[in-house]
Amino acid sequence: MTTAPTNLSSMTDLTRLGRPKSVAARRLRERLIVGALAVAATFSIFVTTAILVVLAKETVVFFGFEDVSLGEFFGSAEWNPLLGAEKHFGIWPLISGTMLVTIIAASIALPIGLITAIYLSEYATARTRAVLKPALEILAGIPTVVYGFFALMFITPALQKLNPMIAGLGSPESPVSFGSYNALSAGIAMGIMILPIVCSLSEDSLRAVPRSLRDGAFALGGTRFDVSVKVVVPAALSGVVAAFLLAISRAIGETMIVALAAGGLARLTFNPAAETQTMTGYMAQIFGGDAPAGSVEYQSSYAVGATLFCITFLLTMLGQYILRRFREEYD
Amino acid sequence: MAKPRSAASRLLQNRSFLWLCLIATNLAVLALGILLISILWQGLGTLDWDFLTNAASRKPENAGIVVPLWGSVWVCAICGLAALPLGVGTAIYLEEFARRTRFTRFIQTNILNLAGVPSIVYGILGLTAFARMFGVFGVGADAGVEIGDPDGLFYLRLPFGSSVLAGGLTLMLVILPIVIISTQEALRAIPPSLRSGALALGATTWQTVWGMTLPAAVPGIMTGSILAMSRAIGESAPLLVVGSALFLLATPNNIMSDFSVLPLQIFNWAQRPQAGFHDLAASAIIVQLIVLLAFNGVAVFIRQKLQKPLL
Repeated sequence: MTTAPTNLSSMTDLTRLGRPKSVAARRLRERLIVGALAVAATFSIFVTTAILVVLAKETVVFFGFEDVSLGEFFGSAEWNPLLGAEKHFGIWPLISGTMLVTIIAASIALPIGLITAIYLSEYATARTRAVLKPALEILAGIPTVVYGFFALMFITPALQKLNPMIAGLGSPESPVSFGSYNALSAGIAMGIMILPIVCSLSEDSLRAVPRSLRDGAFALGGTRFDVSVKVVVPAALSGVVAAFLLAISRAIGETMIVALAAGGLARLTFNPAAETQTMTGYMAQIFGGDAPAGSVEYQSSYAVGATLFCITFLLTMLGQYILRRFREEYD
Repeated sequence: MAKPRSAASRLLQNRSFLWLCLIATNLAVLALGILLISILWQGLGTLDWDFLTNAASRKPENAGIVVPLWGSVWVCAICGLAALPLGVGTAIYLEEFARRTRFTRFIQTNILNLAGVPSIVYGILGLTAFARMFGVFGVGADAGVEIGDPDGLFYLRLPFGSSVLAGGLTLMLVILPIVIISTQEALRAIPPSLRSGALALGATTWQTVWGMTLPAAVPGIMTGSILAMSRAIGESAPLLVVGSALFLLATPNNIMSDFSVLPLQIFNWAQRPQAGFHDLAASAIIVQLIVLLAFNGVAVFIRQKLQKPLL
């Protein structure tokens, strides 16, 4: 397999296709193989069904406990399953925590990712690309637990250096300051994590825009800014939006960063300096061994998982719909 | 482009946007640089041979990563052995055999959706389906069915419990959509003329796939699979749910052994209050990143050396 000609001739060597068999034997073998492959293909449907069944079944068990009700789950703003005499299961603090971290991550990753993608696809020379692409690929390959460690050990201490400057922002009773766990640190780390996703997917769709569109815009006297921002980006918009949605749903489902850096206190707040807990962070806390199996707080993590699954599922479907419905086709 | 503007202002706009681009791009590179340097700074001091060969310990100076390292090897081997045949088979079926029916379109959409499912949800599925097997073989620590010797190489018990096998199969669920999608892309990149040639010579569809399409697509499939495997090596949330052990002294000796993996060891050490363990976590991250870089290096090598332009 060293040179192209030997490679091709070894592939076209039809003796490798086996000695001649009877037509019936060949047909039988063909059927068996197609059958086996079809079974493999249906496995993915089993997986989806199994996820739905498991989540539904265990969530029903959770709502069967007497101090839990569907109304409280969606109506209450208090999530307090582990501490205190009275347990409260209102999902909103976990959803707000997830949203807070995701919004921070998205407001970092979406603009920087899109601008980097525009730069890579419209401005950069081949040599710059050859340096930048591998750097982004390395960022994309770093395990999320490493980002969590980075947030906890580097970003949080760096943010705490700001504490003297922001102390005046809050009221005297509750001063604003970064603790050892906060939403902003986790959000920044998560933003770095989803940046390569935004960038490489947006770049793919920008590069898929045909050259003739760019040539036309240049011929009309557009600057490179006009061409890339006013022609190429709108033409690739469905792909860019789909990339954004995928990155956001990845951020919502990310576990290890928030488990390490965001803390374990679920409360309804939009203060980025405050400790917060996300849906995934709560699940990691419970499955990491903080609750005995079968207890009400253990079962609650299935209900949280089902909520998480629904949210990411809707985002994925929305992304696919946008890709299908708003794709600009050029010939 | 509402009202005409002077050429000078448009050129200024163009130039400032280029600066914005350079700043944004450099921010991304800067983030990578700071991350790598801060981790090297913290972790290089405690990274030595003892660290690689020692088991867990309550004292930071004696603790090592040999158990999670071997745990990662076992879990990822099982994950790869399960995910590759299943994923490649699915992709071959969808690309080469299946007609475009409502059913295959449904499978395709389903695979895209599975790729978007958070990995911790796969952990829940793995816990229920593999570790507990839906409670069919009893609940709790007592195994329902046992075959072989618990200390030997060949040992099987049902349900799987929090074992290497359950962990590997759970990771298989996580990377399966990635393997399928990348294999499909590799197969789509093979020019149809190759298939037509084989079919014209009287080969059946399977003979065409096995003799022509697959060999030509192997570099692409391998690149995608290696990248999927490097995702599996770094994945920790699903294994946390399946229940990997946190304090282990022995490396796995069969597929039913308890296990820990490198990313979970990092997670565990990072959570502790003592600073000594934080340095160990940084050292473990360095090992993890070296393994990942090696994987990515192999993928790049295959992409550049073996992938020949076809026709």
